[in-house]
Amino acid sequence: MTGFVLRRLGQAVIVVLGVTLVTFLLEHLIPGSLAHAILGARASPGEIAAFNRANGLDHPLAEQYAAFIGRLAAGDLGYSYRLNQSVDSLVLHQLPNDLVLVGAALALALLIAVPLGMAQAVHRNRAIDHVATSAAFALYSMPSYWLALLLIAGLSIGLHAFPAEAPQAAAIGGLLASPRALVLPAATLTLVNVALFSRYMRAAAIATLAEDYVRVARAKGLPARLVLSRHVLRNSLISVTTLVGLSFPAVLTSGLIVEYVYNVPGLGLTYYTAAVNADYPVELGITVLVGVITVLGNLSADLAYAVLDPRIRYE
Amino acid sequence: MSDALRAADRPRVRGLSRPEPSGPGRPVPGGRAARPGWSRVPRAFAGHRLGLAGLALIAFLTLCCFAGPLVYHTDQVHANIQLTNLPPGPGRPLGTDGNGFDVLGRLLVGGQSTLEIGFAVALLATALGVVWGAISGFAGGLADAVMMRVVDIALAIPAIFVLIFLSSVLRPTIGLLVLVLSLLSWLGPARLVRGETLTLRTREFIEAVSVMGGRRLRVVARHLIPNASGVIVVSATFQVADAIILLATLSFLGFGLPPPAATWGGMLSQGTTFLLDGYWWEVYPAGFAIMLTVIAFNLVADALAASLDARHRQQ
Repeated sequence: MTGFVLRRLGQAVIVVLGVTLVTFLLEHLIPGSLAHAILGARASPGEIAAFNRANGLDHPLAEQYAAFIGRLAAGDLGYSYRLNQSVDSLVLHQLPNDLVLVGAALALALLIAVPLGMAQAVHRNRAIDHVATSAAFALYSMPSYWLALLLIAGLSIGLHAFPAEAPQAAAIGGLLASPRALVLPAATLTLVNVALFSRYMRAAAIATLAEDYVRVARAKGLPARLVLSRHVLRNSLISVTTLVGLSFPAVLTSGLIVEYVYNVPGLGLTYYTAAVNADYPVELGITVLVGVITVLGNLSADLAYAVLDPRIRYE
Repeated sequence: MSDALRAADRPRVRGLSRPEPSGPGRPVPGGRAARPGWSRVPRAFAGHRLGLAGLALIAFLTLCCFAGPLVYHTDQVHANIQLTNLPPGPGRPLGTDGNGFDVLGRLLVGGQSTLEIGFAVALLATALGVVWGAISGFAGGLADAVMMRVVDIALAIPAIFVLIFLSSVLRPTIGLLVLVLSLLSWLGPARLVRGETLTLRTREFIEAVSVMGGRRLRVVARHLIPNASGVIVVSATFQVADAIILLATLSFLGFGLPPPAATWGGMLSQGTTFLLDGYWWEVYPAGFAIMLTVIAFNLVADALAASLDARHRQQ
């Protein structure tokens, strides 16, 4: 177990370093230079040289990368010259909003998708399976903004049931103060993820149902309910855990789009605004953060896998 | 390699590329059965009504988008402010948009770039992923570890973040979009093919080729990749659907092909500004076009996967 955990941790560190390297290189892809992008097209050569000196941009690339890693290790994600604010303070301000929205949607999606996938597997090729499979199929063939627009058109403009815009309070308390306005963004994210996870769960449960130990459990007379909860559910959840960990990039992507459509004050929307305004430090800071979150998601899924499945532990 | 040895590894390859007569595997010298399964794939696919419907839909959409504008002439370059936001009527089946462009004509033209980019990305990304995955899985050891960490690093940064960043820095063209989308999409196929290769490389026929002195390149190109071609084809089909969603998302956010290019995502994004005015023809046609195209490719991919399953079951 220890060997497995150490090996996985080592890989995670390598991947995080790789993410920082990619981000660093992206920053240097900016045509012209960072100084031009920030000071504007009319900056004089003297001003540009002064900016480069002040920010260490006149050093060799390797040295700059080392300094970049040093700053990141100290928790410094960069500084937005456009907003005149550190990326850290932006993140600290907005990350709670994302955690609440994305976290609630993920939890809801799992609460719906796991029983749904199980029910589909047990009643395979019956009416409930066909209906749920078709719905999931339609949902994951939709770009998430299209689903969001359909929900706005139907529930907000048509029925006036929910506001089309998320609460505009910057702080988390204000966001939670008007829960009705959070319904549509959360529902969009939940539906997208239910489509993804129920498919995983159905496939995993179908595979588990065909296992010999399920047949043995049935043959020895275990009630169907217990066969499902003790054997099928627990074993199917093992593979679903990994897939949920791997789906982090997809979840963060739909998070960004949902924040854009419903104007949720979160990191996704901030990233979009930064891209429109060519605010590179914010873009790159958030990219590093998103990469680290993804790696942590994969890592925790793998570790959970090792805890759940002794075959991995004792390998 | 002598002819006798060459002949020994031929039955497998032939069994894959050319359909054998019916019946279960015929014994061949060496004790292994030839694999006649491939001939069943088209027949199994023909049994999937939904897969056939998807294929027909793809053919229909391709025909409409590429042949349609030859018959249905519209000006999609010059805006006409006297014809803005007209509802559907004689001579304009789907009305006009906020710039006075004919919506049906714009759908057809926008579909061209969508399908072109979707197919090109799927081909390029799959080719890249197959080569990378096969080499990584076959080489094993340090090379495998390094190559897979590269994949992990690229997977850790969600594609949409990199795409938005690059589009905010560079001016997107069709070629650039294909390249960037491919560079972000080959990771899935690479992992998949590596997994297939890992299971295949321990099989007797691969070991036999190595023992007989077959060079590594030959093993990968003649034996590993053809044997993994089932999963490769299925994955490539899903890739088209994913690329179309990603492309439409990028256009929707305003980072796709710049004007005067027509894109479905761009049409949808512009149409949403009129959602409250009830100009439905500027929102729903583009949204449903994206969804239908993605559904068509997903249907075909699902049916292909099921047909290949049938092949495995028959063996």
